Amino acid sequence: MTSFMPPADRHWWKVPVGKQELIWIAIALVWCIIMFLMMPLWHVYGKQNLSTEAYQTTPAKFGAKVEEMVEKYTVGEEAGIPIVAPPVGSDIYMLGRLWQWYPVLKLKKDQEYRLHLSSMDFQHGFSLQPDNINLQVVPGYDMVLKITPDKSGEYGVICNEYCGIGHHLMVGKIYVED
Amino acid sequence: MSEFRVCPDSGFYFHKSAESLMKVNAVVGIVALLVAGILAIGVVLTRWQEVHLLPADMFYMVLTAHGINALLFWCIFFEMAILHFASSTLLRCRLATPRWGWAGFFLMLIGAIMNNVAVFSGKSSVMMTSYVPMQAEPHFYLGLILFAVGALIQVFVFFGTLVIAQQEKTYDGSVPLVTFGAITAAIIAVFTVASGAIILIPTFLWSVGYVSHIDAEMYRVIWWGMGHSSQQINVAAHVAVWYLIAGVLFGARPMSEKVSRFAFLLYIFFLQLASAHHILVDPGISAEWKIFNTSYAMYLAVLASMVHGLTVPGSIEVAQRAKGYTKGLFEWLRKAPWGNPIFSAMFISLVTFGFIGGITGVVMGTEQINLIIHNTIYVPAHFHATVVTGTTLTFMALTYLLIPVLFRRKMFLPWVAKMQPYVFGGGMTILILFMLGAGTLGVSRRHWDMDFAGAAMAFEYPAIAYTLMAVGAIGGLLAIVGGAMYLIVAVGSLLFGGKLEPSAGILESFAGKPLHASVYNINKPARLEMAPPLPEDHNKGGGFEAPGTFALAILLLVTFVVYYFINWKYLSSVWPLG
Ligand code: HEM
Ligand SMILES: [Cu+2]
Ligand SMILES: [Cu+2]
Repeated sequence: MTSFMPPADRHWWKVPVGKQELIWIAIALVWCIIMFLMMPLWHVYGKQNLSTEAYQTTPAKFGAKVEEMVEKYTVGEEAGIPIVAPPVGSDIYMLGRLWQWYPVLKLKKDQEYRLHLSSMDFQHGFSLQPDNINLQVVPGYDMVLKITPDKSGEYGVICNEYCGIGHHLMVGKIYVED
Repeated sequence: MSEFRVCPDSGFYFHKSAESLMKVNAVVGIVALLVAGILAIGVVLTRWQEVHLLPADMFYMVLTAHGINALLFWCIFFEMAILHFASSTLLRCRLATPRWGWAGFFLMLIGAIMNNVAVFSGKSSVMMTSYVPMQAEPHFYLGLILFAVGALIQVFVFFGTLVIAQQEKTYDGSVPLVTFGAITAAIIAVFTVASGAIILIPTFLWSVGYVSHIDAEMYRVIWWGMGHSSQQINVAAHVAVWYLIAGVLFGARPMSEKVSRFAFLLYIFFLQLASAHHILVDPGISAEWKIFNTSYAMYLAVLASMVHGLTVPGSIEVAQRAKGYTKGLFEWLRKAPWGNPIFSAMFISLVTFGFIGGITGVVMGTEQINLIIHNTIYVPAHFHATVVTGTTLTFMALTYLLIPVLFRRKMFLPWVAKMQPYVFGGGMTILILFMLGAGTLGVSRRHWDMDFAGAAMAFEYPAIAYTLMAVGAIGGLLAIVGGAMYLIVAVGSLLFGGKLEPSAGILESFAGKPLHASVYNINKPARLEMAPPLPEDHNKGGGFEAPGTFALAILLLVTFVVYYFINWKYLSSVWPLG
């Protein structure tokens, strides 16, 4: 009678399937198709999509670009880390390393920037709080995203990929001004 | 030479060599669970910020060991026992090449010990994912490689046994559904070990200095080819066990052999491909690939799980209705043996796996939604619903089933066993639900300090996040108590449980015991016959066979749809990105 014996019918694949199962399979399939369609639709109508722009890089190359931005646009300092206010629409950089996010960024509300992220050493997790945007930061890769901060205020950037004993010390900042 | 015995209570046949291998694999698996459970105390009590038990270095070491012992060693050792059961015992066939079986087992054991030595030395606190370029000691990787090779050997012994069963015609017709599920798990295991070899062998060479560089992104992509598919071994194995338990306890027959087998086939075809949901927020992965991978591949596997979600309880309902529990939609369920831990563990597993594990997994595996969930504590919450209340609880149910059958012992402290699934499942569900909540607030996984004490800049989580983590931790402690109850019953039964006659004795199946004193008195088991014929009107009539199950399935769907769209709404509130 059971699941641990060979099927009752030698030609089990010819046995008709019950109505209930067929209906459920149809419903489940429709739901899977809806879920599938949501993703491309969000690329068209939604505002939160990940770009696929990325470049191979090295810590030295990426670090040089970060320094270039820091030299040009530093407006202050917080806890020993420069606060940088780059022009609206420009390429802006943040790097993760043991154990800090560098530098602090000061951005304008509702303006678009091209944010570059990379790591100088291990993998890190860019986690923008409290908005809760989470990205994997991988050494050797420069990930570029267009971001448009749409709320002003002070944001924390914490690290949510384990990166060693000082992992919990990695707190960075992004300020968004009206 | 007579090498088989039959269990008079269940009618299952055991081949001596297969029985020994089942026992050692299951017992070592349970030891790994014990280790993981003890470590879980350290993990939860540290993540409960008000307690914050361990210092940072200890916490990361303990978390690494917890993940590896629980997810790899406990699950996979136990699955090896299931494979031998599903082949040799269910098909009444001798085990192919017992020596190779033992070689595989010992390789796994050596690998597991070697890896634990590396982790507990404190210099390999790299988490189970061991993302490069963070480096562990060479024997960390070597241990994992040996473990994987050993598992592969045991999987081939399983395939060999199937071949012998077919050649010697030990069964009539096609293999039983449960064996079919085990074959699914075994095939996925082969893929898994292949991905593992491709990435772990170069990583090992890198750790000893023969390879200079391993690309961090490539590592992630291939590692998850292994990491994700290994989870599908668990799913296929525990679904097979659900069918087994439905059959043993209720005499339930699959609602449709065709549908259930097709659903297992979908696992084989699509689960491997679905591993991109782990790299949805990584640099440079194209949107088309992610969508293809998470929908075409993942959703067909999800479809398969939704099918099993209907057919497993549905088959129980049909069997119960046939026994006369036909009142209303749910009399069959109310009158089910809730005091029998085999049933309660299995059913709690089914419900939590579907409602929590399944739904959260699909939601966070959606290309864009992953942005608001990746690497938060939501992720471990999700997989504790799949691999703990799902797989682990199912394996606990199977243990209760096997104590009298395989070990020929009466259950030790049956009242403890009776409560165990509720304590373990309930506690774990609390942990899961509250960690899901904390993750939604952005609390990070694998993180020692929610206060960020000592950081140059400050960040504070909302107070409610602390409350969620604290309540979750209390649920976690309850689950640890439930885990301890399981270990007491399982180990206690082997040591102190009353012997059942005819007793095989715990060590009887191992070599060296005089055969004349043994119960292995069957030379060749009777051929396994096909299940009794289906009733004439099978699936020809119009009505629903299992209306109660259908109602539950619709409830699942509604929950799924609502929760799915809530998450899109939440996503739409974060900074626009492109
Ligand atoms: C018995 C009760 C258990 C409790 C209370 C528990 C608790 C936890 C918690 C709180 C975490 C997350 C820690 C963090 O990310 O900061 C965790 C991680 C984990 N747990 Fe468990 N767990 C238990 C049992 C299990 C079992 C049975 C399994 C597998 C079958 C398992 C597999 C894992 C894995 C794979 C991780 C991830 C480790 C990593 O991030 O590398 N746990 N556990
Ligand atoms: Cu980190
Ligand atoms: Cu996965």
